[in-house]
Amino acid sequence: MRQRYNFKYLFSEGFHSIFTHGFMSFAAVCMIVCCLLIMGSFSLVAVNAQHNFSDLEKDNQFSAYIDETLSQEEARALQDEIEAIPNVARAEFVTKEQAQADFEADYEGNPLFEDLPSTVYRDRFHVYLEDLSKLTETEAAVKQVAGVADTYSAPEIAEGFTVIRNIAGGVALILVAILLLVSLFIISNTIKLATFNRREEIAIMKMCGATNAFVRWPFVFEGMILGVTGALVGFFLQWGVYALVGRAVGGTDTIDLIKVLPFQPMALWVLLAFLITGLLIGVVGSMLAIRKFLQV
Amino acid sequence: MIRLIDIQKSYDNGTKALKGVNLRIDDGEFVFLVGPSGSGKSTILKLITAEIAPTAGRLMVNGYNLNNITPRQVPYMRRTLGVIFQDFRLIEKKTVKENLIFAMQVVGASSREIRKRVAYVLDLVGLLDKGDQRPDQLSGGEQQRVAIARALVNNPQMIIADEPTGNLDPMRSLEIMMLLERINELGTTVLVVTHERELVNRFSKRVVAIENGRIISDETGGYYNNETTI
Ligand SMILES: Nc1ncnc2c1ncn2[C@@H]1O[C@H](COP(=O)(O)OP(=O)(O)OP(=O)(O)O)[C@@H](O)[C@H]1O
Ligand SMILES: [Mg+2]
Repeated sequence: MRQRYNFKYLFSEGFHSIFTHGFMSFAAVCMIVCCLLIMGSFSLVAVNAQHNFSDLEKDNQFSAYIDETLSQEEARALQDEIEAIPNVARAEFVTKEQAQADFEADYEGNPLFEDLPSTVYRDRFHVYLEDLSKLTETEAAVKQVAGVADTYSAPEIAEGFTVIRNIAGGVALILVAILLLVSLFIISNTIKLATFNRREEIAIMKMCGATNAFVRWPFVFEGMILGVTGALVGFFLQWGVYALVGRAVGGTDTIDLIKVLPFQPMALWVLLAFLITGLLIGVVGSMLAIRKFLQV
Repeated sequence: MIRLIDIQKSYDNGTKALKGVNLRIDDGEFVFLVGPSGSGKSTILKLITAEIAPTAGRLMVNGYNLNNITPRQVPYMRRTLGVIFQDFRLIEKKTVKENLIFAMQVVGASSREIRKRVAYVLDLVGLLDKGDQRPDQLSGGEQQRVAIARALVNNPQMIIADEPTGNLDPMRSLEIMMLLERINELGTTVLVVTHERELVNRFSKRVVAIENGRIISDETGGYYNNETTI
């Protein structure tokens, strides 16, 4: 035997209930909105950071200076050996003349660096990394290669960037987890209130032979409506906040240092993530709320 | 058909409500279950509706073996029963018709079935003209008739009533009993719990008497003597 459903019944029951305890419903939606906004803001900042610092990250390479006793041909031959080392994306050979030219270009007009003899410079490889966080190990490995005299990197910048990213990610994760729990708690209490208001009806339904799924449905539906409402409100607020912050950052004269990505191309993904999270909170919250009620 | 074999029931607090009850009710029967307060009448009904489980003994209800019924099957077993209570248990904010419709929606009946059946049972309990009223606009007797209509609306094999006339005056009580008798004549098995001696003795039905968790008499065309003690 199978339970048949009358969807008109389910939806009208679910909708009606929301308005009979408006304040709790409102609180539940607000919590979901807060939760989504924080989640969304952190994610958007992360996406922007990723985009802005990806150049910096590409720059995160180090130089491997070649022993002066080696000829340029011998030095070039080291490329394969260096590139075979794990975590090395590629190695680029730079002659001492090129190095001098680059250097002088960077410090043009600075008399301190003018007319230095090219013997001050050494042949070198620019070694690019796959994973920045393993800089130290990789650098040590490259140093072991016969013919490599020394290496030079600016680990503080690289490591600093990684550490900041990890801390921000961790804080965001904890914050979102806490907010998710609070949202679940509030939404499940809202639904609990609904079940309490209707405990007699539930008893009658069970007496008439309603299945648990049937009894549960209107409450789950109520949770879903709250979740989706929160997601939609959160989405438009997120859009507004993002636009405002974007304009503020873009408006400062920081010489285009930070490029703020436009919202529209990301909008669909943000909306999707919000809807899925909102629905999940709603469904899980309502399931928690009516669990006890069905054990008759 | 209902079958209780050596049924014992102890509640969590240690109260022994039933101490070995054997009872068989066949399809089409009309049975009064009588006994003093606390003798275990409601406990028997709750066992039948699977609200509680027996501590020992075997229990069969309308083809379902309640000793090993799964939680998933319980709703379908309940659909073979129509239950009536002393306090009516109608939904106050719904009209008479809506109460009946609700009971049918709960088991997934179609709108067509609902329309036909609601009109039929309202006619049967004599409330065709009160369908759009709310329960608080009706007398106690009328409310109990709505409850009977609701119990009947899903066409159960059996009606179970726990003191259906407990809140009604003698005249209304008699009307309700006569209505249940009529329903029984139409083919539904009826089990009525009561301790109204006068009322039971007006009908010549099977009377099962229970006292202190044990059945002390079971007679067809029976007579209920409240003073009887063993
Ligand atoms: N949920 C419960 N927990 C503990 N004891 C209970 C519970 N329900 C009933 N009892 C006890 O079980 C015994 C039988 O109760 P039951 O309700 O079956 O009596 P009854 O015959 O229906 O009485 P009444 O005519 O007053 O309704 C009584 O002693 C009662 O106190
Ligand atoms: Mg009782």
